[in-house]
Amino acid sequence: MRAWYFSENAYPYLPDASTYESIRVNLPNKYFDPKVGAELYHRYFDEWQYADDVGLDLMVNEHHQTATNLNPSAAVVTAVLARITKKARLLILGNPIANRRDPVRVAEEMSMIDNYSHGRLECGFVRGVPYETSSSNTTAVRMVERFWEAHDLILKAWTSHDGPFSWEGRFFHHRQVNIWPRPFQQPHPPVWITTMTPSQILRVADRNYVTATFLTGYDQTKRIFDTYRARRQELGAPMSDDRLAYAALLFVGDTDEAGYAGARKLMWYLTGNKVPPQFRNPPGYASHETVAKLLKGASTAFDRSSPLETCIEQGIVFGGNPDTVYEQLRRHHEAVGGYGNLLIMGQAGFLEHDDTMRSIELFAKEVYPRLKDLRPSSEPATASR
Amino acid sequence: MTTLLSAESSLTIAGVTLECVQRGQGRPVLLLHGAGGPRPSAPFMDMLAQRVRLIAPTHPGFGNSPLPDWFDNVDDLAYLYLDLLDRLDLHDVILMGFSMGGWTAAEIAIKCTHRLSKLILVDAVGCKFKDRETREIPDIWALHPSEVNKLTYFDPETFAPKLDQMTDEQLQMVARNREAAAMYLWEPYMHSPKLLRRLHRINIPTLLVWGAHDGLATPEYGRSYCAAIPGARMEIIEKAGHTPQNEQPEAFVATVMRFIEGK
Repeated sequence: MRAWYFSENAYPYLPDASTYESIRVNLPNKYFDPKVGAELYHRYFDEWQYADDVGLDLMVNEHHQTATNLNPSAAVVTAVLARITKKARLLILGNPIANRRDPVRVAEEMSMIDNYSHGRLECGFVRGVPYETSSSNTTAVRMVERFWEAHDLILKAWTSHDGPFSWEGRFFHHRQVNIWPRPFQQPHPPVWITTMTPSQILRVADRNYVTATFLTGYDQTKRIFDTYRARRQELGAPMSDDRLAYAALLFVGDTDEAGYAGARKLMWYLTGNKVPPQFRNPPGYASHETVAKLLKGASTAFDRSSPLETCIEQGIVFGGNPDTVYEQLRRHHEAVGGYGNLLIMGQAGFLEHDDTMRSIELFAKEVYPRLKDLRPSSEPATASR
Repeated sequence: MTTLLSAESSLTIAGVTLECVQRGQGRPVLLLHGAGGPRPSAPFMDMLAQRVRLIAPTHPGFGNSPLPDWFDNVDDLAYLYLDLLDRLDLHDVILMGFSMGGWTAAEIAIKCTHRLSKLILVDAVGCKFKDRETREIPDIWALHPSEVNKLTYFDPETFAPKLDQMTDEQLQMVARNREAAAMYLWEPYMHSPKLLRRLHRINIPTLLVWGAHDGLATPEYGRSYCAAIPGARMEIIEKAGHTPQNEQPEAFVATVMRFIEGK
């Protein structure tokens, strides 16, 4: 098991939530105090650097027009990390390529980071959360097709080395594609793609990309991972747990009490996500069946306000002392059939620097070594592996 | 989405299959629905069908009309309906469009009017009159649904769709219609940057009908539209918002019939 540390780099110092409609899309940036924000950036870099020092890999994501995440460009953040860290693999999860107007630019940025880091980049592509159709002004209609066309163009840009090629697609036009630099890793950096439902996973499994799923708990995670494994088996292709990743909130304290207290602070990520229906449910994003449920008032995956105990039970938060967290992780890992990557949201909301650092330290020293002994998936997809 | 359309309620034009309501006798009226989707059982449809021959297709992606994978904008619709006029060999057609159907009707009329006799635009969108920082039509996808209802209806209480009373199947149709609307209208938002420069080509009598309380495409917006079409005039329907045909069906039908019958 490989563990990846990340923070969404939130700016939590906001007025009372009753005074604004949404924390995303239309929250005025007058609430961002640059003096506070600049220091936050440096603090969050310190935490990533420390995670690198103690042997974790690092993950970065991006969101737009939101106080929940100060990184509208994962590439910019990761470029800095490429320079200030030494060992960690650097995962961008990811580039919202259905919302980016220029996939060739994404190919260029990723190649730069791969060279800066001497080949430590892991490049994720994500469809992006529904709210960001507004901030990018891109429609969710045919978003999946646009995503895959962008993917195809980026992969071709990374792997073409004999001068320009031409691309006149449904969504993107480039007559002279010839990126400099090309990636450091050959033929290209490892690719990750997030999936939240089994229906999205076939094309990911076909390419043997790493798939990551966020806060999908027990049952949905198992469904997604099972679908991936079954597809590999159907293809007669090898399967390894390192193709699967699970992301959750995680806080380790010296005691259970300290661990729960920290985990409760992390849960700002869930409780602070005030978003009205027009941004949660843009036309074309979800299936008609799902939209019908949302129109009736069903909540979305990112709209949770359950107590910590429930979130732990659901497998979306891990928290407690090192033994407790290990046991929670072991149980989840086993229940979903195993996975090779744990994506740790180890900082969120008002969780302070010292607590964040202590949790990283405890995880690295007390929990991580034991994860390496987790038995492999109980249902290997193929006998050949 | 797979759809089952009976032969009598559908047409296939240049490979595109359309759900299409045809009712009534007399002058042909090609009726193009708005972004909310078709409303074949609306009272104004009954009233009109007693007076004229209604031909009311459902735009691809809405209702039960399949969406071809290459189809994605209002110009595609305009050419499709030009083909439909040829296919049905219609003459002296009254072309009437509501909201985005009004935009579509305008796009048809700037291309070719030889099968048309009159044009009726009802609370139409599709034009941009002001500068880049003045959004003339509120962003319906960035407003709370209750706000959108207030802008759309004079009497939202009575006329806004009652989602809480709908079946799952009806709600899925709402979802399908929202998705289709976004496909046609997302960007540029509810307009073609070229349309204003082409409206001068419309060479048939044109009536604009507008709800006095339309908060999406306001009467002021309608007056700008009217001024850009040679010889066009505008009628206001009181106590109505963006869909005067639904909020004031009698007044609406009386207004358009006066124009159709040339009085």
